Amino acid sequence: MSTKRFAPFTLLAALALVLAACAPAATPEPTQVPAPTQAPAATEAPAPEPTAAGPEQGDPYLLGAFFSSTGPVSSLGVPEANTATMVVDQINAAGGVLGPDGKLHLLELKMYDDQSDATIAVEVVKKLIEEDQVPVIVGGTGSPQSIGVIETVTTAGTPFISVASSSKIVNKDDGSQNTWVFKTPQQNLPVAQVQLDWLTAHGFTKVASLGVNNAFGGDSMAALRTVTAEAGIEIVYEGTFEPGTTDFSAQLTSIAGTDAEALVVHATPGEGAPLTVQFRDLGLQIPIIHNHGIGNRAFIDTAGEAAEGVLFPIGKLLVAEQLPDSDPQKATLLQYSADYNAAYGSAPSTFGGHAWDGLMMVKAAFEAVGTDSAAIRDYLETNVTNFVGISGIFNISAADHTGIGKESLVLVEITGGNWVYVPPSDYAGVP
Amino acid sequence: MSLTDQLVQFVASGVTQGSIYALIALGFVTIYNVTGIVNFSQGEFAVIGGFVAITVAHKISLFRGNAQVALEWPLPVAILIGVAAAVVVGSLLYRLGIQPARQASTLSQIVVTIGASIALRGMILLAWGTDPYRLTPFTSGAPLRLLGAVITRQSLWVIALTGLAVIALYLFFQYTLTGKALRASSANPNAARLMGINTNRMGLVAFALSAGLGAVGGIVIAPITFMTYDRGLMLALKGFVAMITGGLTNPFGAVLGGLLLGVVESLAAGLLSPGYRDAFTFIVLFLVLLIRLGRMRRRGATAAMAGL
Repeated sequence: MSTKRFAPFTLLAALALVLAACAPAATPEPTQVPAPTQAPAATEAPAPEPTAAGPEQGDPYLLGAFFSSTGPVSSLGVPEANTATMVVDQINAAGGVLGPDGKLHLLELKMYDDQSDATIAVEVVKKLIEEDQVPVIVGGTGSPQSIGVIETVTTAGTPFISVASSSKIVNKDDGSQNTWVFKTPQQNLPVAQVQLDWLTAHGFTKVASLGVNNAFGGDSMAALRTVTAEAGIEIVYEGTFEPGTTDFSAQLTSIAGTDAEALVVHATPGEGAPLTVQFRDLGLQIPIIHNHGIGNRAFIDTAGEAAEGVLFPIGKLLVAEQLPDSDPQKATLLQYSADYNAAYGSAPSTFGGHAWDGLMMVKAAFEAVGTDSAAIRDYLETNVTNFVGISGIFNISAADHTGIGKESLVLVEITGGNWVYVPPSDYAGVP
Repeated sequence: MSLTDQLVQFVASGVTQGSIYALIALGFVTIYNVTGIVNFSQGEFAVIGGFVAITVAHKISLFRGNAQVALEWPLPVAILIGVAAAVVVGSLLYRLGIQPARQASTLSQIVVTIGASIALRGMILLAWGTDPYRLTPFTSGAPLRLLGAVITRQSLWVIALTGLAVIALYLFFQYTLTGKALRASSANPNAARLMGINTNRMGLVAFALSAGLGAVGGIVIAPITFMTYDRGLMLALKGFVAMITGGLTNPFGAVLGGLLLGVVESLAAGLLSPGYRDAFTFIVLFLVLLIRLGRMRRRGATAAMAGL
């Protein structure tokens, strides 16, 4: 009975602090095999029917891909990997890619799983470049994985089309674009522009902004600040919460104490769903608008009734069938939906669409310039114009390696447990 | 909402959240009193209880969509099954993890519970994945208003069930034979054995009991803050802080510690910055330890241990 017995508790308290410090970052997948495994690629795709008049058969073209098929962001990575396999199968079933040499080339997909880990992403990208010697790479499910490989692809001079959203993937600090990196998902700025259009349609001048404290939330909140400042709308409350938070009563109570006319949320379903439920429970009467982070079924499933009336801007795929026939993307969207449904028996997600865009751009580049990495890069930068994809209509340039803007997005309202397309003329009427 | 209304709201939210910490802390105290170890798997009991109840009450898919469960049994049944599942896990943890290590030092046994919590978290991740799940609120209806604050019906359930658990635990320890045997094993294990009390069995009872308490906490909060696989660690740490604040061995102290912690957190998050919510938990822990150590220096070690 002395200091000796007390010591373990001081020790434990110290341990508790250390554990707590590690807690938010530590979300490892404890059950995975460390070595990246190669996904079954489409190597045994049926050979094209030899026709006497058809073009000659050339060597297969290699295509590199890496997605997070396992780990925390696997809900995004799985549809992307599925899409890659499906697109390559489709192209090979049609005979392959007709290269600039006049020969038909089958595609050989080299695809790896980065296990949602930025370090493993760098390893597999090195493997793709050095061992497999692929001329071009599509992938990088999460922003951290995509940002992690920028240096590797730049050093190697291999063009990389990212399927993640952070503006830091393509933008250098000085605003210029990373030479070898392109990306297909929307930037956060056009998302904020759609939110702004809706705010102005209602004549709101005071908004509250609440976002997750990471690269995604920070980028999105900054975008909202930029567009509202230009439009003279005041952000009367701006708050953040840590990833994994599930109690938002403090922030929501503070918002109730302001005269905000609407709440803009920057989150994914993990935090967005409990936040929306607590927002309704607290009886806040102002409308709530999210960003594209909540665009999957998990949000509606977990938030339930609280999700009714929630608005958010997102790519057109979710509401493809409801789009007016005049929409130039409608046919492409419906075709992709039907193909994905036929291949995997479930509806595709926006994320799979990002992969589709990247792969089809690569196909176009192969057709035009073959397999020279530098030529593919130049083609992507200069020749992707009015490219009708899933995420939008791309016009990539040296100053913009994303190439899609506000017109690629639609405003969606959750009604009756479903996504309902809101035409721009109806913004004032919702929710 | 005026500032006073906001203050009332912060306190109300803090009491709700603090009730959960109190339930976890009660589990800590129960196990500590009987076996002398701090069980860091306490938070996982809450997560398991919550997830099992959600699985039984709702239609969900497990193991990355490889298994579909559509029982949709009534809520009271789901709650009972959730608590029962946690009790089974708690008992197994004692039988397989703690009892074989009975000869090892207290600190080693505590490390066993930390290991168990990591293993359990991994298993929960395998089964339920990373998505958050929600349990239907126990009673539906519009939230109630109290002095300008909004209190959901579920918050009332949380507070009521915590109160009930404290009273039930008190009655159990004071008036039942098993409760008295548990207290005897904690006061003097050797004398208890001489009186014919099976202290091993008492350890098992303590683990089962605190697993049940943790599960009640996890289930009752799931409609408000949802349940995710990684909630356990934070819940355990908060419960641990509440336990230390309340004096390590005192159930009522643990409950007060939990409520205090909840309110401090809520006020800090609301009035200062939401980012500092967790920081304040550990500031509280730090201050409590400092005060305790200071007291120990002044009074001499024995008196300080009595204070603990």
